[in-house]
Amino acid sequence: MGQRIDVNHLNIYYSDFLAVEDVNIAIQPNKVTAFIGPSGCGKSTVLRTLDRMHEIIPGAHVKGEVLLEGRDLYAKGVDPVAVRRDIGMVFQRANPFPTMSIRENVLAGIRLNNRRIAKSDADDLVEWALRGANLWNEVKDRLDNPGIGLSGGQQQRLCIARAVAVHPQVLLMDEPCSALDPISTLAVEDLINELKHDYTIVIVTHNMQQAARIADYTGFFNLKAVGQPGHLEYFADTTTMFNNPQNEEAERYISGRFG
Amino acid sequence: MASSSDSPMDGAPVIDFDRFVPTRSAIAARKRKDLLMRVLVAAAFVIALVPLVSVLWTTIASGVRRLNLNFLSYNMSGVIGGRPTPSGGYGGILHAVIGTLEITLGAVAISVPIGIMCAVYLVEYAHGGPLSRIIAILVDVMSGIPSIVAGLFAFSMFSIVFGPGTINGISGSVALSLLMLPTVVKSSEEMLKIVPDDLREASLALGVTKQRTITKIVLRTSLPGIVSGVILAIARVIGETAPLLMTAGYIATTNFNLFSGQMTTLPVYVYQEYSKLSVTCPASAGADCITSIPMQRSWAAALTLIILVLILNLVGRLVARVFAVKTER
Repeated sequence: MGQRIDVNHLNIYYSDFLAVEDVNIAIQPNKVTAFIGPSGCGKSTVLRTLDRMHEIIPGAHVKGEVLLEGRDLYAKGVDPVAVRRDIGMVFQRANPFPTMSIRENVLAGIRLNNRRIAKSDADDLVEWALRGANLWNEVKDRLDNPGIGLSGGQQQRLCIARAVAVHPQVLLMDEPCSALDPISTLAVEDLINELKHDYTIVIVTHNMQQAARIADYTGFFNLKAVGQPGHLEYFADTTTMFNNPQNEEAERYISGRFG
Repeated sequence: MASSSDSPMDGAPVIDFDRFVPTRSAIAARKRKDLLMRVLVAAAFVIALVPLVSVLWTTIASGVRRLNLNFLSYNMSGVIGGRPTPSGGYGGILHAVIGTLEITLGAVAISVPIGIMCAVYLVEYAHGGPLSRIIAILVDVMSGIPSIVAGLFAFSMFSIVFGPGTINGISGSVALSLLMLPTVVKSSEEMLKIVPDDLREASLALGVTKQRTITKIVLRTSLPGIVSGVILAIARVIGETAPLLMTAGYIATTNFNLFSGQMTTLPVYVYQEYSKLSVTCPASAGADCITSIPMQRSWAAALTLIILVLILNLVGRLVARVFAVKTER
């Protein structure tokens, strides 16, 4: 089952530079929440703070709290490695491990942590994850082929399978379709619709039609000017966001008048 | 395309674009220049190839005569002048091959872990901080150290720690590892740098620790490149003579113990035999006595060294291929 995330007064910094200012957002469990907004407004940055991937950049840090089912992910003593096991992530560019086969890629989250898994369990897990990512029928006969031999869309679905294979509660997606053709995009969108039964999904997208198609809630991020921190301008359920937004900037952005 | 429009776009500068169409003579000039440069490049290639082919040819031609199984399976003990030994040969290089392999292996065992860990620190942990810049400069300086200085360092270090005049194989390994280290650090660093950050992020996002990400993803992905770098470093030091004369010494018998007693390596052997130039054959020695035998042994040992480096290269390529990133569709 998915879990809910509450973000309270989150300020995100790169060294001294305040990149995103005072984000407050409630991400509902088992729903798809989309982040939209112009380039540089910090939507990806916010996404990366949700699984503590932000801090792998030297000097990057945050102030405020991110609560996963009430637990503060930034509390003292919380291990970022453990957080990342609960919250999976899919990146903009498909990044299967080039030294591994399709099968090994799916099992990477388990094998890399040196956990032992019986071969039959591993087989079941690989099939389950690949079926979950709508990839099983395309690759079941060549599981031992290299993962980077697949097409771009297949690689991205392989990355999704790899992320779900460690049983996260939340799945973060950073523009997962921006490098894909429309058919692969459709496949991934269908997949997101199915995945929300089991996971809470947060997706960053530049494609507003995509947000309108798949998201239950949409957050619009904006920034006052270049060099100024970004902020969450408006957050609403997707129908309101795209049909009757109660925010002037969001309305202007959605109707294509800027950004 | 000619500019035929009388009403150019608003604000566009009015330029006669016909001027930019290449003329026939300009094309001809370009073709002449192209031919000239092609000839120059090809000539440079041939000039670079001449010494290589010449060295190889001379070594093979002069070395192949003495290079046989007997030469490879005996050492130099009991060799008197130009007379044949009881085994029917004229002495051999078994001790030098053993010495070269052991001392080089020792140098690899010292420099590769240090070099790779240093590269991992520089790429994965230092993030361009002051310490990393200092290390980078020191590594550059180190790659310029003359090999004789490395030999002096190892010799004096062992003299201080284990008593004056300590000469053994491992001190030779230390001297060689000093020469290998900068190459290993530099090449490993470059290889780690070209591992895409995407892979590190993918691994971290799966809840994998940084240590496992580095050992299982970053080092694993860059392994073929690191192996090639190590092979290059070995090829650079396996032919070193000066530091080994000082640290490992020279004996005629086979010494398997890297940690005690003098050891002979192939380059030192080549140098020693070459220094003898020739031996005298007294009338009593018989017709089998060969006055020029040291020179012949020298050439044969040199050829063996080249073959050894070649084999090492092939093994390295094989390893790199086995661990290569699989890209075929």
